[in-house]
Amino acid sequence: MAGLAASFGSGAMSNSMDDVAKNAKAFFIIGSNTTEQHPVFGTMLRRAVRFRGAKLVVADPRKIDITEFATLHLRQKPGTDIALINGLMYIILEKDWADKQFIEERTEGLEEFKATVMQYPPTLVSEITGVPVSQLYEAAEIIARNKPTAVIWAMGITQHISGVRNVMDLANLQMLLGNMGVPGGGVNPLRGQNNVQGACDMGGLPNVYPSYQPVTSEEARKKFDDAWGLTSSTKVGLTATEIIPGILEDKIHALYILGEDPVMSDPDTHHIRKCLEAIDFLVLQEIFPSETAAYADVLLPGVSFAEKTGTFTNTERRVQMVHKAIEPLGDSRPDWWITAEVAKRVLIGTNNRVPREAPFSGWEYRDTNEIMSEINAVTPSYGGITHQRLEKGERLQWPCPSADHPGTPVLHTKQFTRGKGKFAPIDHVPPAEEPTDDYPMVLSTGRVLYHWHGGQMTRRAKGLMEVYGEALVELSPNDAEKLGVNGKGIVRVTSRRGSIEAQAWVTDRVPPGMVYANFHFPEASANELTLAALDPVSKIPEYKVAAVKVELVG
Amino acid sequence: MTINIIINGKKIEAQAGQTILQAAKEHDLHIPTLCYHKDLSPTGNCRMCVVEVKGGRFLQAACVTPVWEGMDIQTDSEKVVKDRRLTLQLMLANHTANCACCDVSNECELQELVYEYQAETPAWGTKGTRYKVDSDPNPFIHVDMNKCILCRRCVQACAEIQVRDVWGVAYRGFQEQIVAGAGTTLLEARCESCGQCVAYCPTGALSTKINYGQGMARAHQVTKVTTTCSYCGVGCQFDLVVKRGKVIGVASNPNSPVNGMALCVKGRFGYDYIHHPDRLTKPKVRRYLLEGGEKLKTNRKSEIANPKLEWVETDWDTALNITAKKLGEARDYFGSDSIGILTSAKCLNEENYLMNKLARQVIGTNNIDHCARL
Repeated sequence: MAGLAASFGSGAMSNSMDDVAKNAKAFFIIGSNTTEQHPVFGTMLRRAVRFRGAKLVVADPRKIDITEFATLHLRQKPGTDIALINGLMYIILEKDWADKQFIEERTEGLEEFKATVMQYPPTLVSEITGVPVSQLYEAAEIIARNKPTAVIWAMGITQHISGVRNVMDLANLQMLLGNMGVPGGGVNPLRGQNNVQGACDMGGLPNVYPSYQPVTSEEARKKFDDAWGLTSSTKVGLTATEIIPGILEDKIHALYILGEDPVMSDPDTHHIRKCLEAIDFLVLQEIFPSETAAYADVLLPGVSFAEKTGTFTNTERRVQMVHKAIEPLGDSRPDWWITAEVAKRVLIGTNNRVPREAPFSGWEYRDTNEIMSEINAVTPSYGGITHQRLEKGERLQWPCPSADHPGTPVLHTKQFTRGKGKFAPIDHVPPAEEPTDDYPMVLSTGRVLYHWHGGQMTRRAKGLMEVYGEALVELSPNDAEKLGVNGKGIVRVTSRRGSIEAQAWVTDRVPPGMVYANFHFPEASANELTLAALDPVSKIPEYKVAAVKVELVG
Repeated sequence: MTINIIINGKKIEAQAGQTILQAAKEHDLHIPTLCYHKDLSPTGNCRMCVVEVKGGRFLQAACVTPVWEGMDIQTDSEKVVKDRRLTLQLMLANHTANCACCDVSNECELQELVYEYQAETPAWGTKGTRYKVDSDPNPFIHVDMNKCILCRRCVQACAEIQVRDVWGVAYRGFQEQIVAGAGTTLLEARCESCGQCVAYCPTGALSTKINYGQGMARAHQVTKVTTTCSYCGVGCQFDLVVKRGKVIGVASNPNSPVNGMALCVKGRFGYDYIHHPDRLTKPKVRRYLLEGGEKLKTNRKSEIANPKLEWVETDWDTALNITAKKLGEARDYFGSDSIGILTSAKCLNEENYLMNKLARQVIGTNNIDHCARL
């Protein structure tokens, strides 16, 4: 999101899923395992390819499922996305396929950017990425000559130390081709969790208030100080990847965690465990005794989505109703109720921090509808998104500033949030950890179709466990032969941080020299191996590249 | 181009290129269908939608026959009704007749039509049970080809919605049957277990295995609540099917704006965590918090070695007061920025908003984040 914010002034999926599925002439998927991670959108793309002949270029080191439908599959080496994208743009400039009118009217910074791109001739790019020159030309032609092309990505682009720059380079590509602000085009980062978009929109980030109002802005601070009767300073807070290590640095003494499982989902599990062991006080609000629960001092039982009413915001900025279907189990309570109770009790507990009388200083909420009214008042992009309108079946995608606003399916149609789109010169940087003699293979990590994130939900779904019941490490036939893995076998994967043992899945999904592991199973979680090398801006860890060695156990 | 046709003696306007079924639907004229589904391309193979066209030698399938200028159609003539009844009888002759025990009874489209046309199982008897019941080991999909009427909706749903081509038609004549792959199991045929075929199947040939026998289709026993999926960011909607206070399954809701009838394996079949016995249902605190004394910071996982760390179930007041006291103390002693808040990408917007307000207003810190980066 930080990358798109730099290029356009705001960061979110610019188009809608139905729009690109219907209108794109071509798709460029890079770093998204769409059919496994966003399965229903994946099927929309398959339909577009099969039934209306849309072209599809997939760039991914792994032969993921959607590559079966690809016109062309580029298998770049992990961590070489910038070189690849620059290489494609070099060809686009060389062949004069850029959209000159769009560049002239809507963008700035072309010359400086061009100078950088010209450093990436196809032969050099081929050397860095491992993609043959002829494929680079073919890919550039498909992407440039079918207009509009929609660019789609996910964590395969962002979970690198160069994640923000990867995103900015994709923004460069779409500006160069004039694919911004048009149906069927755009930059389309797919958000992983059901409500990760909403959690960001609602100010669940250390640098912004709801609707991305920066905490560093005195104006924004004053606005929320007036609304709540008291607020925080203008100093940017710590990210999740800084908060937990901050415990051992004596910066963080107490943690309040709602429905997250850092032991499973954060990089370098061994270090995370050490940090959590040292915390003075940890309150965890959860539905299951997760791996993180072992380190908690208080466990507050929240509820599942079936037991509460409110809203989620999907990847295309569309706000939708969640309806309570059953009563909370046992003595569990809706999470909004619990948070409000904690807040009230902290406020009456001491006199050190007392909010002034203000329109929204209080914490008495009868239901989430009342909370939404407060959100409407302080969150410009959600100003007109009410439960009442959603119940009537209105399609509301933010920005939707007022009660009579129809919502915004495509962003940046007239101009970018920052005015002109900014071309940024982006150079390739190698991954933080490259293979060595001791750790000769590359590990990439992620999820699989049948499981979800830390696995707390899906490991408790019987059928899913029948189909995919243990951690599997994807290993190429080539490497399997070298290691003596004949069909089946347990392998030990070791990085500088830790080691896991898991069943090998011998498959040509991964190229020789690469293994792929997931983090769904605590007994063999890929995050024991990953490193906490962070993108300097977004603080996203480089989950997609780590150096490992693989041995046969038996 | 507008053209004029006659349906049941009534002159109506239709568009060139429309099928009889489409033209009739636009004028609220009912023609029964079985293999036809609006999401799938029409195949005209079940013969339920047959109509009589003046001058035609045979009855025509309305779902695939285009209208022409002056076309004169009878949708419910004696000949048509008799033909439809015979078609249904032929289906019944080859269909297990135990509706009372069938999982989709009440939602079965064949059952509806058999009732409407009062089609008795023919005197020349049924062919009995030809196929193994629950013949496929897929953990989610219950296959009973004895109930299959060869409408091919499953084949089309897999090819046209999921685009996976798992189901196909094999053999000919009376031996004709629907098979996965080249007669393998579903998973061997690279089934993704999305359940689209189950959602589109008009009978009990394909149903849900994980809640088989719980009464998903008994409308008088269940309530359906439309909601949004809790897995990925696509935002599919569906109905949670609730019986006696328990979620017993997920049903496609054709009005879902993002996904229509389509769902993935997790959305459709990954709901049983909701009632898993591991669910936390009481607030819990570590014993040292109730009895006083210091927290021992080592050996967190070994409660036997350190009884002070044993979990104790409490009431809400106790747990909330301890939480508030500890957070307040950390804030007042170490400063607002000594507290970290992790909010949740799995929770509601309203809940995330409150976590943001709690961090900034109550605690006074911007140390709030969630797993967007992970």
